[in-house]
Amino acid sequence: MSENTAHHESHEYHSHAKQYVRIWGILLTLLIVSILGPMLEIPILTLITAFGIALVKASLVVKYFMHLDHEPKFIWYILSVSLAFMCLFFFAVAPDVKNHTGTNWTNIAAIAEIERGEAYGDPAAHHGDHGGEHGGEHGTPEEHGTENHGGAHEGGH
Amino acid sequence: MAFKPIANTRSATGVSTGKLALYWLLCSEIVIFGGVLAGYLMHRLAHPEWAYQSMHTNTLAGGINTFVLLTSSLFAVLAHDAAEMKDGKKAAQWLLATVAGGGVFLCIKAVEWSNEIAHGYTITSSVFWSFYYTAAGVHASHVIGGCIVMLFIAKDAWQGKELHRVEFIGLYWHFVDIVWIFLFPLLYIAK
Repeated sequence: MSENTAHHESHEYHSHAKQYVRIWGILLTLLIVSILGPMLEIPILTLITAFGIALVKASLVVKYFMHLDHEPKFIWYILSVSLAFMCLFFFAVAPDVKNHTGTNWTNIAAIAEIERGEAYGDPAAHHGDHGGEHGGEHGTPEEHGTENHGGAHEGGH
Repeated sequence: MAFKPIANTRSATGVSTGKLALYWLLCSEIVIFGGVLAGYLMHRLAHPEWAYQSMHTNTLAGGINTFVLLTSSLFAVLAHDAAEMKDGKKAAQWLLATVAGGGVFLCIKAVEWSNEIAHGYTITSSVFWSFYYTAAGVHASHVIGGCIVMLFIAKDAWQGKELHRVEFIGLYWHFVDIVWIFLFPLLYIAK
């Protein structure tokens, strides 16, 4: 049970510095693509370049910088169980935050927030210097009744 | 010195105890950051108006910070490489370079946040900005914590002591880097 200290100590270690620099170069190239891709404003391309590339970058870091593929399976088990339970909890239990209406209920505040945000959030109509009044999702429905001029009454929350 | 740490000398799992503890820490971090990211994602899908709010985040600052963190991750793995070669001084130097990367990251973040707050986008402005400051803030606190621990490890490494810890702090740093890799498109790119 206990004879495993760093197993790689037993054989001679050779520097992998060149490989690490090469991986860093690839990561930077991917970073540039992930910034330039969304500039074309094609939704599917944005999805692929922004999030697909994030996955590729993360896997490169995991594989080449963390050397996770050289770790025993036990490490994979504990990491993937954490990830699986986190996904289970949020995506299986909590996705109702995405619903704003149900059979017997309506999330008035969320709907009002979307309407308010879309009415006054358009940067073309409303430009940056309004400061703190931006947003304010959390108001009661009554609070949202009078806005349209930018929700400036909102700051008190 | 009556006490010798057992972090690298005992194991029941095929992994040295110190590294195992580090991976357990990362497991808890997965739940913390995963929760924030999953919560953000679900709210983002339900709130199309966030697109307007996220337009005000500074993509250039986020991009430069991504570059800085990726580079500091390279320094961290080079420190590990040097530690494997039993070159404590070189490992310490790379660790200090990594800390410098963390420092640059935090400075850029401070300028970015100051600018946003000056324009009125604060943590209470909207749910989007709450997520923005919470996610990036928790991440930044991990950068600060990592830098502090790294300084202690660099001090030991300089004296050629406890070189196995260089790998452990590197693993932590890479994880912090990975979190940012996902935060970057979510907060800065998806507009």
